[in-house]
Amino acid sequence: MDQNPWLTDAVARVADSPPAIVRLFAAAGRHTRPEEDGRTRLLLALPPETVPYWVDDLYRHGDAGEKLAILTALPALPLGAEAVPLLHDALRTNDTRLITAALGPYARHLDQHAWRHAVLKCVFIGVPLEKIDDLDRRADRELAAMVSALRAEREAAGRRLPDDARRLLDRIP
Amino acid sequence: MRIFDPHIHMTSRTTDDYGRMAAAGVRAVVEPAFWLGQPRTNPGSFTDYFDSLLGWEPFRAAQFGIRHHATIALNPKEANDPRCRPVLDLIPRYLDKDTVVAVGEIGYDAMTPEEDEAFAVQLALAVDHELPALVHTPHRDKAQGVKRTLDVVRESGIHPGRVVVDHLNEVTVGDVHDTGCWMGFSIYPDTKMSPPRMVEILRSHGLDRMLVNSAADWGRSDPLLTRRTGEAMLAAGFSDDDVDRVLWRNPVEFYGQSGRLDVSETGDTGPLFEGSSILRGGS
Ligand SMILES: [Zn+2]
Repeated sequence: MDQNPWLTDAVARVADSPPAIVRLFAAAGRHTRPEEDGRTRLLLALPPETVPYWVDDLYRHGDAGEKLAILTALPALPLGAEAVPLLHDALRTNDTRLITAALGPYARHLDQHAWRHAVLKCVFIGVPLEKIDDLDRRADRELAAMVSALRAEREAAGRRLPDDARRLLDRIP
Repeated sequence: MRIFDPHIHMTSRTTDDYGRMAAAGVRAVVEPAFWLGQPRTNPGSFTDYFDSLLGWEPFRAAQFGIRHHATIALNPKEANDPRCRPVLDLIPRYLDKDTVVAVGEIGYDAMTPEEDEAFAVQLALAVDHELPALVHTPHRDKAQGVKRTLDVVRESGIHPGRVVVDHLNEVTVGDVHDTGCWMGFSIYPDTKMSPPRMVEILRSHGLDRMLVNSAADWGRSDPLLTRRTGEAMLAAGFSDDDVDRVLWRNPVEFYGQSGRLDVSETGDTGPLFEGSSILRGGS
């Protein structure tokens, strides 16, 4: 792939001076192609000990594209559970892109109660379940009971549960 | 007929409106930050509003294949409230965002010294951030307001081709035409400007630098009046290409000066239609 000079320069500037990431992260959407993962590369250029601070700051001040980039980058970043509040924020929205991104591999830090409700919300608003990381291992009886109750409501209204949710119920012992 | 509404306050409109707009040919909109009817009392109230213009609203528009961009500013009316003025310090960070294509709405409401200052400061921000500017003109004392607006624009040093002076009418169009600024016209159901009057203005002043918008918001307004204006143009003998120029290519050219306008099909950006939480009635 061709080197993107804008991105190469931006990565160097962030490594040199972390606050430079504020403007560069915002502008990366129009200076990089999606496959370049420009925003992830900017985050990885930060000194590791500053990552929790900047992830929070950039998410809080981010537009939808920046929020999405941060949620997507979380598993690749040197972080513990510090960014869990961002998942809670994303899961409160109705933006299916943010909800999906919040249920990637970093969602292992999400407690089981919050995770089950997030999966149920996906079923409810029609986010494809295949995008949820580690679904089969983590799905438990309580989740099955919640999805079954939703199925009963839907069927009472003459509506069907999405096929992927029906298949999930079949898989939970 | 493909339509780009260069000034519409979708925050105040329903999801059904998006459906009707898409069916009428609207494929792109610009939503300027403005007043919400109820005066705000603190900067946080603005940032939640700005965030919605850069987050939820583009998502909602995309469900209907409509591209949504925004302009960000402290509006002239609320620039008069000292509790709101700290917003000016928060605006620069918003002006770096991908979907922000201008600084606006700025300009005058009651022509106070506070408005003078906020107007000048925000024109300077537009220059700094290499963005066009969307300038609102007052509904009262409009002719005087437009003259004073043009003076401030000239003094700011911004290139006139990067400024649209909006809400014009038969009386005010001439002054703006001579400056090289773009001319915006808000078509309303009863007052201010109607499709037939708009057609007459296009006949006498030409199609160059002309922008037609619905300015639809929470007041008496109609998001389909752009379409009605296109139809009135055709009925009056303008060609399909003329209509396309006024309702699509002109706004693309004006906001394209930001370098950030994206009017490609919305389907390219990901899983927006499938699993949409709006179309499926989620909560
Ligand atoms: Zn307006």
